[in-house]
Amino acid sequence: MMDGAEISVGFLPLLDSAILIAAAEKGFARDERIEMKLVRETSWANIRDRVAVGHFQAAHMLAPMPIASNLGLSPLSVPMVAPMALGLGGNAVTVSVPLYEEMAAHGMTGDLDPADAGRALKAVIAARGGAERLRIAVVHPFSGHNYELRYWLAACGIDPERDAEIIVVPPPLMPDALASGNIDMCCVGEPWNSVAVSQGGGRIITVKARIWRNSPEKVLGVTARWADANPDVLDALLRALYRAAEWCGRSENAEELAAVLSRPHWLDVDAKLLLGCLTGALATRPDRIVQVDDFFVRHEKAATFPWQSHALWFYSQMVRWGQSRHSPQNAEIARDSYRPDIYRRALKPLPTPLPGANLKVEGALSRPQHVGASKAGLVLGPDGFFDGRIFDPDAIDAYIAGQNQHRGK
Amino acid sequence: MTHSDLTILVIDENAIRSSIIEEGLRQAGHGNVTVIHDAQGVGRIIENLRPDVIVIDLENPNRDMLESMFQLSRSVKRPIAMFVDRSDQSMIEAAVEAGVSAYIVDGLRQERVKPILDMAISRFNAFSKMARELEEARSELENRKIIDRAKGILMKSKGLSEEEAYRLLRKTAMNQNRKIGEIAQSLVMAAGLLEK
Repeated sequence: MMDGAEISVGFLPLLDSAILIAAAEKGFARDERIEMKLVRETSWANIRDRVAVGHFQAAHMLAPMPIASNLGLSPLSVPMVAPMALGLGGNAVTVSVPLYEEMAAHGMTGDLDPADAGRALKAVIAARGGAERLRIAVVHPFSGHNYELRYWLAACGIDPERDAEIIVVPPPLMPDALASGNIDMCCVGEPWNSVAVSQGGGRIITVKARIWRNSPEKVLGVTARWADANPDVLDALLRALYRAAEWCGRSENAEELAAVLSRPHWLDVDAKLLLGCLTGALATRPDRIVQVDDFFVRHEKAATFPWQSHALWFYSQMVRWGQSRHSPQNAEIARDSYRPDIYRRALKPLPTPLPGANLKVEGALSRPQHVGASKAGLVLGPDGFFDGRIFDPDAIDAYIAGQNQHRGK
Repeated sequence: MTHSDLTILVIDENAIRSSIIEEGLRQAGHGNVTVIHDAQGVGRIIENLRPDVIVIDLENPNRDMLESMFQLSRSVKRPIAMFVDRSDQSMIEAAVEAGVSAYIVDGLRQERVKPILDMAISRFNAFSKMARELEEARSELENRKIIDRAKGILMKSKGLSEEEAYRLLRKTAMNQNRKIGEIAQSLVMAAGLLEK
């Protein structure tokens, strides 16, 4: 049995830091004899650098970041591993009020259907006749946001590079960037979409959960070196986070979770607004609330399991958009950035059903389904992509070869 | 001057700190230094300025934006690499510790850049030390003020001399194993409540 361990964990003020914050605030870390010091950061670059140099033993990370680091695509390409996911979904696409009105004039219904929003956006672009490219912000080049946004645009016949200019803006600055007209659109994690709506400068037009339901977003990132040197601490941390995720996932705790997250040193955002994000009741504009199923899943559906098929899908998008070259070696590096073996090792003592597989076919489940697990009771899905495509990790070459035919060029 | 051919851009929201960096660079013989406090529109500035080295503070939330611009060769014409990945581990640690990062145009020789980052690290550290000392001096001053007020309250309510009032505060602090400033603070607060 290990002695109490002290670790520093970096996070960005986002809804999906909930599991980390709950682990610290609700005593789950202490129960595992971990003194967890959470440090709020201002950029993903800082998270990456401070994990790399050992200021942070672990961090809230964009899921593609460890993959990019292992592929040598980012500065300080220190070997990293993602032994756990921090939930599914949680992002939305928000536009400025003028663009929303233009899209509405082109027939957008406003019910968050990605195909419907995409059609209206394509019509707006056509009507503008290439006069001005859309300025769209994501939070990082190696982010789920960048990939799901581009996936959605391309599947709707919009070329993300010809028809738009994609730039990077830090999450908390998105509402201002929309309101001031610096950007027309953004894809960002909650609560920053809802903040933009409540401040009046933004309208939500679609969500990650509708582009790809139950899809990966953030992970716990640690360096491979630290993971190898501290297996007991890492396992204890994963157990603490798993229990925190269970707690966060229970609907009866949503109100308390919203209150905790709203504190000034965590998210510093109104609790009522956070509660809407947690329950999937999104105020998409001041006069409308849309209920989104599986908007941000904290625990159900193996929401914290690091599926290697998720890592491979992110990799396929890095290749698609020219960030990485495809080779069998690179695919292997991407896949092995996710470590379901560590997850299983850590959670073995818990009475929880663990998936039997490391990879799954993504987008194949049209309804919830019981799946093979170490114990009964694991339900996955539905997990469909909005355009009906399927990602089979065993057929990644064909997927990569076929995906650019969708780019509307 | 030997370094005058390097163009350096400093991005730091803290005006005092950035002027300290700028002065350091000029002293080291760099005449071509531009300082901006707001990262808004930095793409255009980089395009016009074509800096060889960019120094940015780590508190700046726009680091991600800056790095993404380096990837998009469209907005920044010349390839820019992150300095940190080419330097040694201790340098990286020192830079992150100090709260500064630097980026260089790819191909620039490391020995030309190292002194710049070294200087930025030492000036960032000096600035933090100065800020800390300033904060300590400020709280020291406030402490003294609050102790004076507490003494005044005791002198008035218990008819003590200044010396006796101070001794009473000190004794109470020692008995309760607390700082004299804390005792004074409690007393002033309590007195304030009783007045109402």
